[in-house]
Amino acid sequence: MTEALTPWQRAVAALAVLAVDPAGVKGLWLRGRASPVRERVAAALPQSRRVHPSIDDTSLFGGVDLAATLAAGHLIRNAGLLATGAPVVLTMAERCPPGLSARLSRWLDDTGPCLIALDEGSEPEETLPSALADRLGLFLDLGDLPWFDTEAVALDPAQVARARELLSAVQLPEGAMNSLTSVAFAMGITSLRAPLLALAVARALAAWRGETTASDSTLRNAAELTLAHRGDLPQSADVAQEPPPPPPSEPREGEDNQPQNGEDLLPDEILLDAIRAALPAGLLEQLTAGRASRSAKGSGSGAVRKGNHRGRPMPSLPGTPGSGKRIDLVATLRAAAPWQLLRQRSDKPRLEIRKSDLRLKRYQESSDRVLIFAVDASGSSAFARLAEAKGAVELLLAQAYARRDHVALIAFRGLSAELILPPTRSLVQTKRRLTSLPGGGGTPLAAGLKMAFDLALQTRSRGMTPTVALLTDGRGNIALDGSANRDTAEVDSLRIARALRGARLPGLVIDTANRPQPALRRLAEILDAPYLPLPRADAQRLTAVLQAAMES
Amino acid sequence: MSQPFPFAAIVGQEAMKQAMVLTAIDPGIGGVLVFGDRGTGKSTAVRALAALLPEIRAVEGCPVNSARPKDVPDWVGAKLTHMITRPTPVIDLPLGATEDRVVGALDIERALTRGEKAFEPGLLARANRGYLYIDEVNLLEDHIVDLLLDVAQSGENVVEREGLSIRHAARFVLVGSGNPEEGELRPQLLDRFGLSVEVVSPRDVETRVEVMRRRDAYENDNADFMKKWRAKDTALRKAILAARAALPGLKTPGAMLHDCASLCIALGSDGLRGELTLLRAARAQAAFEGAATVTRAHLKTVATSALSHRLRRDPLDEAGSGSRVARILAETLP
Repeated sequence: MTEALTPWQRAVAALAVLAVDPAGVKGLWLRGRASPVRERVAAALPQSRRVHPSIDDTSLFGGVDLAATLAAGHLIRNAGLLATGAPVVLTMAERCPPGLSARLSRWLDDTGPCLIALDEGSEPEETLPSALADRLGLFLDLGDLPWFDTEAVALDPAQVARARELLSAVQLPEGAMNSLTSVAFAMGITSLRAPLLALAVARALAAWRGETTASDSTLRNAAELTLAHRGDLPQSADVAQEPPPPPPSEPREGEDNQPQNGEDLLPDEILLDAIRAALPAGLLEQLTAGRASRSAKGSGSGAVRKGNHRGRPMPSLPGTPGSGKRIDLVATLRAAAPWQLLRQRSDKPRLEIRKSDLRLKRYQESSDRVLIFAVDASGSSAFARLAEAKGAVELLLAQAYARRDHVALIAFRGLSAELILPPTRSLVQTKRRLTSLPGGGGTPLAAGLKMAFDLALQTRSRGMTPTVALLTDGRGNIALDGSANRDTAEVDSLRIARALRGARLPGLVIDTANRPQPALRRLAEILDAPYLPLPRADAQRLTAVLQAAMES
Repeated sequence: MSQPFPFAAIVGQEAMKQAMVLTAIDPGIGGVLVFGDRGTGKSTAVRALAALLPEIRAVEGCPVNSARPKDVPDWVGAKLTHMITRPTPVIDLPLGATEDRVVGALDIERALTRGEKAFEPGLLARANRGYLYIDEVNLLEDHIVDLLLDVAQSGENVVEREGLSIRHAARFVLVGSGNPEEGELRPQLLDRFGLSVEVVSPRDVETRVEVMRRRDAYENDNADFMKKWRAKDTALRKAILAARAALPGLKTPGAMLHDCASLCIALGSDGLRGELTLLRAARAQAAFEGAATVTRAHLKTVATSALSHRLRRDPLDEAGSGSRVARILAETLP
């Protein structure tokens, strides 16, 4: 069995595959900052058009060439970048917005030959959108590839041409499809695109190497190039000592083995090994971290809005209408009006509008913030420091008022939680309700959290950005169903805390007990929220912390 | 690719295929929502569906695919009378599409160059009498969702802007797909989908290899592969047409209405849309199976996909609403 490829050999192999069958392998995800090494790789990429993340639809798909149209007085269209049928390079791919990634994915699925994504993300969470990452066959990480390991890549055009001719005749060994599929599956790759792309890469690589039937090492290298970055492999530390775990399909592989001479078939372990060798240390963690946090960002609503669709109108600006930007007709006409006499050029009078006259509508819409207070008004809390907690809330209210944030108030005591005040901006009302808030009874912490959770989701679906501030002494003793059972109560509140975190709701836990409660600190950890024991008579500090929590 | 992957050749994912076939039989069911992992064949199924659907008769050149010349909206201007047969439209609504592109807008180019006030129809016009497909529907921007909710409800697109006052029919079957991990869908939009199915990547290697084999044959041996599956697709298309014809004559016993209602009460689904969709889907299912009357078995077949997305969301229920429906189904309708 051959050795695994060195990182640079891998890069060259990827480039060759891309040159041989761009439409089959769909593209390359190239991770790494701009560097001489990346330049070397980029020099060998196929001829392509460049696309940047903020490109508009007109440039992508074609549309009316407004400047030319206005000058000529009749419609002039231009073709879009994607219509040319050339490969496309997406620069700064880590900043690709979901809209663009959806369009490019669609293009790749339909007609597009291939996409090369230059991902310069430095942080784990800055990476290619997963819709694209799933579709591109090849992956290269140039991150820690030293310059002296590399050399200029010159793909021999004659060899590429020969490989292209050979491509349709390349056969895969009988068990190859099984191996690649089960290895991908064993790695926890659910997408079925991955093994398909691995097949395409194997074919192209075999054609490049002049094999009519893909050899074992070709299959192995194809798996390295295609599958390595997608899966969740077992920890590499264990791998060094023990043999890799057998994939679940092994017995079946054995059956397949019998009819033909065994050496054609590539054992799955070897494939897995190859893939493992292809991974730079720590890359996998980074990638999975990136994946996790990316999915954490994609909440459908309540996020920051770009302001050209709706909201409060702002003065219009000169510009060219394109995706998402709408023309302000009145302002445009107003800008064109003074020039009409000068511009009349024929006896046929018509409105003469130039590109420079065009004005675009702009809107500003900021997402309102809601501060949801869940205040523990139970007996234990009331005797201790309810008054202080009230004071802290009042202080925060004043600030919320100054920032025009909405405020909601939930109190929990006795057996259940109560929405004292639905989200409002009325300071007076909030203060009044807060002052008259009575104390006493058990601590239904879970119920209070649940109500805060529901309210937060509700306000978020209305386009606001909620933050939950929990003030409690942490001794929850009433379960969600109203029974007085300390253990169930704890389990319930932890479950809801997990749900809150799952919904990516920012929060803050303020401990109002006389002594800081370890249980509450744990709750705050589960919530992924800052934990703050209410300082004695130091409302200023509380305010500072809360503010920091809301800014983040 | 010249021809999409054949619908019949999609391995597994029976619930998704069945839901799509049902909406093809009765578009009134109101759409399908497909939620699941990447690379499970969601988009493939929608593209395949486009090729599978029977053709429609429409007025040539009509931007809203009118069925009769008198239905062509006034704003089209020209007098259109010639009828043609054309494929059922399946229109993509890409993420990040602007409001103008979706509902249509003043044709700025014509306004500026010729001084005419003309309407440029949007995607909703083109989707009339067909399908509107939204990939990653859960990432769709809120203001586009608002537009869709309104139009999907009324079946009519009303444009009042920039001095235009235009309305046209926009009856379409909404097909949405997405990955629930990346964002949730508002209950109002969830409710507009008649059926919802959850797709998971197949868990056994045999099935996965079969998927690979077929896809590979499709890409590398296209002619043979298409020939092999064309007959199955044609048979399915005929079955859809036959079911459509059988639908009006189908009997619905009173007991079935009772079953629908008691099931929805037991599940505590909001509103009456659950019952109505459940019944429609059961009728379509019965028609597809060639039955003369709707039976409880039909009801059970479609219950999960018709109801699972209409339950009140319980953030603490980790098993998912599908299993809740199955449980209550077994209790209520033994």
